[in-house]
Amino acid sequence: MKIIIGAGSCGIAAGAHKVQTAFEAIIAEKGLDLAVEQTGCIGTCYLEPIVDVVNDGGKKITFVNVTTDDTRRIIEDYVLGENELKELQISESDITMIGKQKRIVLRNSGLIDPERIEDYLAVDGYLAAKKCLTEMTSEEIIDTIKVAGLKGRGGAGFPTWFKWDAAKNSPGTTKYMVCNADEGDPGAFMDRSVLESDPHALIEGMLIGAKAIGANEGIIYVRAEYPLAIIRLQNAIDQAREKGFLGDNIFETGFDFDLRIKAGAGAFVCGEETALIASLEGERGMPRLKPPFPAQKGYWNKPTNINNVETFANVPWIFRNGGDAYAALGTAESKGTKVFALTGKIKKGGLVEIPMGLTLHDVIFDIGGGIKQDKAFKAVQMGGPSGGCIPASLLDTQIDYAEITKTGAIMGSGGMVVMDETTCMVDMARFFLDFTCKESCGKCTYCRVGTTRMLEILNRITQGEGSDGDIELLEELCYKIKDGSLCGLGQTAPNPVLTTIKYFRNEYEDHIYHHKCTAKSCKPLLTYTIDAEKCVGCGACKKNCPVDAITGEKKKVHEIDQDICIKCGKCFSVCKFDSVIID
Amino acid sequence: MSLETHEHHHEPGCGCGCQGDQPNPFEELEPVLDHYAAIPGSLITVLQKAQELYGFLSIELMRYIAIETHTSIAKVYGVATFYTQFRFEPVGKYLIMLCQGTACHVNGSKQVEEAVMDYLNIKEGETTPDGLFTLNNVACLGCCSLSPVMMINDDTYGQLTKDKVTHILAELKETAGNDAIESITQEVTA
Ligand SMILES: Cc1cc2nc3c(=O)[nH]c(=O)nc-3n(C[C@H](O)[C@H](O)[C@H](O)COP(=O)(O)O)c2cc1C
Ligand code: SF4
Ligand code: SF4
Ligand code: FES
Repeated sequence: MKIIIGAGSCGIAAGAHKVQTAFEAIIAEKGLDLAVEQTGCIGTCYLEPIVDVVNDGGKKITFVNVTTDDTRRIIEDYVLGENELKELQISESDITMIGKQKRIVLRNSGLIDPERIEDYLAVDGYLAAKKCLTEMTSEEIIDTIKVAGLKGRGGAGFPTWFKWDAAKNSPGTTKYMVCNADEGDPGAFMDRSVLESDPHALIEGMLIGAKAIGANEGIIYVRAEYPLAIIRLQNAIDQAREKGFLGDNIFETGFDFDLRIKAGAGAFVCGEETALIASLEGERGMPRLKPPFPAQKGYWNKPTNINNVETFANVPWIFRNGGDAYAALGTAESKGTKVFALTGKIKKGGLVEIPMGLTLHDVIFDIGGGIKQDKAFKAVQMGGPSGGCIPASLLDTQIDYAEITKTGAIMGSGGMVVMDETTCMVDMARFFLDFTCKESCGKCTYCRVGTTRMLEILNRITQGEGSDGDIELLEELCYKIKDGSLCGLGQTAPNPVLTTIKYFRNEYEDHIYHHKCTAKSCKPLLTYTIDAEKCVGCGACKKNCPVDAITGEKKKVHEIDQDICIKCGKCFSVCKFDSVIID
Repeated sequence: MSLETHEHHHEPGCGCGCQGDQPNPFEELEPVLDHYAAIPGSLITVLQKAQELYGFLSIELMRYIAIETHTSIAKVYGVATFYTQFRFEPVGKYLIMLCQGTACHVNGSKQVEEAVMDYLNIKEGETTPDGLFTLNNVACLGCCSLSPVMMINDDTYGQLTKDKVTHILAELKETAGNDAIESITQEVTA
């Protein structure tokens, strides 16, 4: 019998290490012969910490939201006793939620120990690479990817075979295979999960790609905010090297390939290919004009192919199951599966992998369980700072590159942030502009100054100082910035504004003309009053108001002087009788 | 620190702050510089290692790196200021990295930030006068399903509320206070 604890970043944040220590202490105390192992993230982050107890016959019972107090019960009542502890076990509905998914990229996540190559080998790891290296030509490899219809999962959705073919055909003997693990979209963590939970899948995918384009050196550019991912990946690289899957003469074929990690240093724009290359070379991460494309002149001016983590993680599966099997999933134009990070006001947040072609409604309601506290769904944000907000009326949109693009959003890398009636769409637009404005590299005037001007306007609107013509001015700036920017950052920065104006223009108008924020989120537009019926005169608000706007005697109804009030919201949060009304 | 003088040959006033005859204040960085000298394009990595060793990049440190790597100080400064990871002032004992990514924003990271600012009386980028806490905003720590999230040094805290965050900070303050008392007692007894 053994105990397996989910120890991805999210599991650890939810207390996985503490739970592990508690188990080890009890096991030592009782002198039990019971191994405690770890695995990565299964994706149901809302259930962390997750603990699997596997008996010698292989039967597995999953306990969820395990606290340190639960550990003793699990050992004493379940492991040593007869009690199945149903109340701590994963529920049927959560099992169905996992069952509705199709796991290719996440095939091993949460099932194997990411720190042991033996676990990966036990699930046929590196067999696909062996087949590609020993039995297939570069052309055949690229052809299989073409049959599979795999498109880049980093955002733009460019056909992977085409890029590989271009890099292969580019003249030169020194070529590079680069993995983009910069995962810049704030609100997305698909790549982190793969790196932490199944790092060998990425390494194997890169090895196959390297063989296809003829690269002997690979680099993985990982964002600095992912320390655990970097540790697990380095460990995996070392193990793969030891087993001969990296290094010289792999599988005795004479093919050499080695890998190293480069830690990013915090710059969203470095997710853009040419900026990423500049950063790899130790420079400021500023994009440059394409062409020449990286496939022609990339890292140190040599042919370079860059793919996203998820793109690579699909590759071994495709070679074990065939390009046709992959292409059988999805829609006419979008094949296979896509991983999404489902977050925001969603009941069951986490990572989900679904076949392309499901609708947004399927993902948010059937798999994600709907909106927290059953509030009204307002919009879902896809594609992060480059994407847009899709409203409730378009929930039947299929998950397909072209269909999502039609809404004004983009498929993006897989961030899906769900918003409810309490989210202000003007504030969301302001939030993204604040992000892109800070992250603009500064090379193009429209991107640098244009986003600043847009942010100023959005700041004014959310502070109740919007004026007639602001919406039109925003729209004009949007199109100018799109036209006047060199790289994808500037070209797509207006999308969050354009989509919110398109679908939620009334919210902009409410802010500007009626000084009203219907979501009750923009503080300067709210008024705080005290409900005379409910106020018991406890004086908590009066004591906490920073500007002494509240008057009233003890045990008598209190009142707020609107001329003094600075709308800080303190009184609302301290009143225990819900007598402060926000309007 | 050993009394060895600088490897590079400089005169007083050469700009790197070494005076030519003083012990090298950045001796621990030498093996890093030696290792990466042979690998082109390593400036960012060298800066990361330097920040790991010294906590932040002082002008003297960047000047030293420029001289040792045969690049201009403008280049080093230009690269360092491009990336948000690099800091140019000392940080507190506890570095609070408060997530302001999309998921955290939607789930109320602003309120959490207000609670931190209220409790510690500092703004984003600042350090408390006692040198205990520095507050930095970051964009997404990759634990979005536990949003709002923050990281303090190596520990991640999720599902934050105003109360929870003040509680965490109060506990750290207390630990730090106890540590200080302990080290004083140790000194006294030693
Ligand atoms: C501003 C900007 C940021 C980007 N950030 C990322 C990122 O974090 N991760 C990623 O894989 N691709 C990112 N991309 C897309 C990459 O430029 C590139 O298209 C992708 O890595 C190619 O891999 P794929 O074909 O496998 O998708 C970004 C693009 C832009 C313009
Ligand atoms: S569009 Fe923006 S981020 Fe891209 S190169 Fe121009 S200034 Fe830099
Ligand atoms: S919102 Fe703030 S300023 Fe206004 S009455 Fe309440 S506590 Fe005072
Ligand atoms: S948005 Fe805060 S952790 Fe991702």
